[in-house]
Amino acid sequence: MMWKWLHPYANPEVSYHFAGKLLPWCTRLAFIFLSVGMVWALLFAPADYQQGDTFRIFYLHVPAAMLSMGIYLGMAIAALSSLVWQLKLADASAAAMAPIGATFTFIALVTGAAWGKPMWGTWWIWDARLTSELILLFLYLGVIALHNAFEDKSLAGKAAGILALVGVINLPIIKYSVEWWNTLHQGATVGKLGQPSMSADMFWPFLVCFIGFSFFVTALICLRFRSEVLTRNSMRPWVRTLVANEENKHAI
Amino acid sequence: MNPRRKKRLTIVSTIIIGLGVVAGLVLYALSQNIDLFYKPSEIYHGKEGTGLKAIDGQRLRIGGLVVPGSVHRDSESLKVSFKLADMTMPIAFSESDPTVTVSYDGILPDLFREGQGIVANGILVNGNTIEASEVLAKHDENYMPKELADDLGEQHVKPSYSQAQLDSKT
Repeated sequence: MMWKWLHPYANPEVSYHFAGKLLPWCTRLAFIFLSVGMVWALLFAPADYQQGDTFRIFYLHVPAAMLSMGIYLGMAIAALSSLVWQLKLADASAAAMAPIGATFTFIALVTGAAWGKPMWGTWWIWDARLTSELILLFLYLGVIALHNAFEDKSLAGKAAGILALVGVINLPIIKYSVEWWNTLHQGATVGKLGQPSMSADMFWPFLVCFIGFSFFVTALICLRFRSEVLTRNSMRPWVRTLVANEENKHAI
Repeated sequence: MNPRRKKRLTIVSTIIIGLGVVAGLVLYALSQNIDLFYKPSEIYHGKEGTGLKAIDGQRLRIGGLVVPGSVHRDSESLKVSFKLADMTMPIAFSESDPTVTVSYDGILPDLFREGQGIVANGILVNGNTIEASEVLAKHDENYMPKELADDLGEQHVKPSYSQAQLDSKT
């Protein structure tokens, strides 16, 4: 059974150390993929025939936008398991993910505006894609606010979890907004089934950047998850031993 | 699964599905208003679905493809007029397409080309002319290097302005 395999990770101490083992690997992979991908994308990928070099913001904008939605989905799944199975750790991971997702949503909005000004002729327009992505940012901010609004962490987790789950409705709206309605924002270039609408020598650096950003996000989540677990279990003996050991290590 | 968890799962999924249905219905009801722009054919026949027509003097956005050969630019000022046809994939134009004329006095965005998608914001006059106060370029989802575009015969000349034209605006 899957439960038998997953059960040890319901223990905060085991999860804390597991995330600690994952962290250096994700950091290294993120560093390798991002440095290769960014150099390739910004210096060696060919310029677009119409947009010239301006299109290179694509390599930051699209991964950020995709991850802003991906992180939200992860956060909502964590919120669901915390509401239904009352896993305290799921709560901690949802709280760890929210600020990271909000940051990536913000990056997607800002890079999009920076591209929109020279290409479209405007920083912002209230079309369906831009508006729904802005709502995603507000949902993240709401979740973060609720996580911090209550002294009692499990009550806060419950309130934030409900908001996170309700907000899931926004994800398909963002994804399909460009197909359902007339929007100024173009349709999907990558991420649709079949061939991406860009040539291979532009697509490969994107893929490398995207993988790099994914590892970077995983590393950030591990980092924040560990500190969430520590603050939530600060009275537990294992945390005290851990802290005492660390202090001994640094005290000369 | 124990009964308490089952109950919680039912409650949570009922709420989510219920809200999903509500959101779906609201968006469906609002679908005409969420559309950013009218298509040229919708100026003549009204919005798809509701048949709602724009009236003279109404402020609206129009989106379509710039008909090749229809762009007339004043040599002394920034005044420009062009025809728009419905966006179709793949891009194709025929004589019988309903077109709307857009007139504009200002600098066109970099991506403005004949055969390119644009969105203009302006006032409808005489049933089929838009006096635009803003012209935005709509980029498509295709990205390709210059060499490949040359092979495909895609044109990519930016609009350029003389000093006299730029001075006329100020």
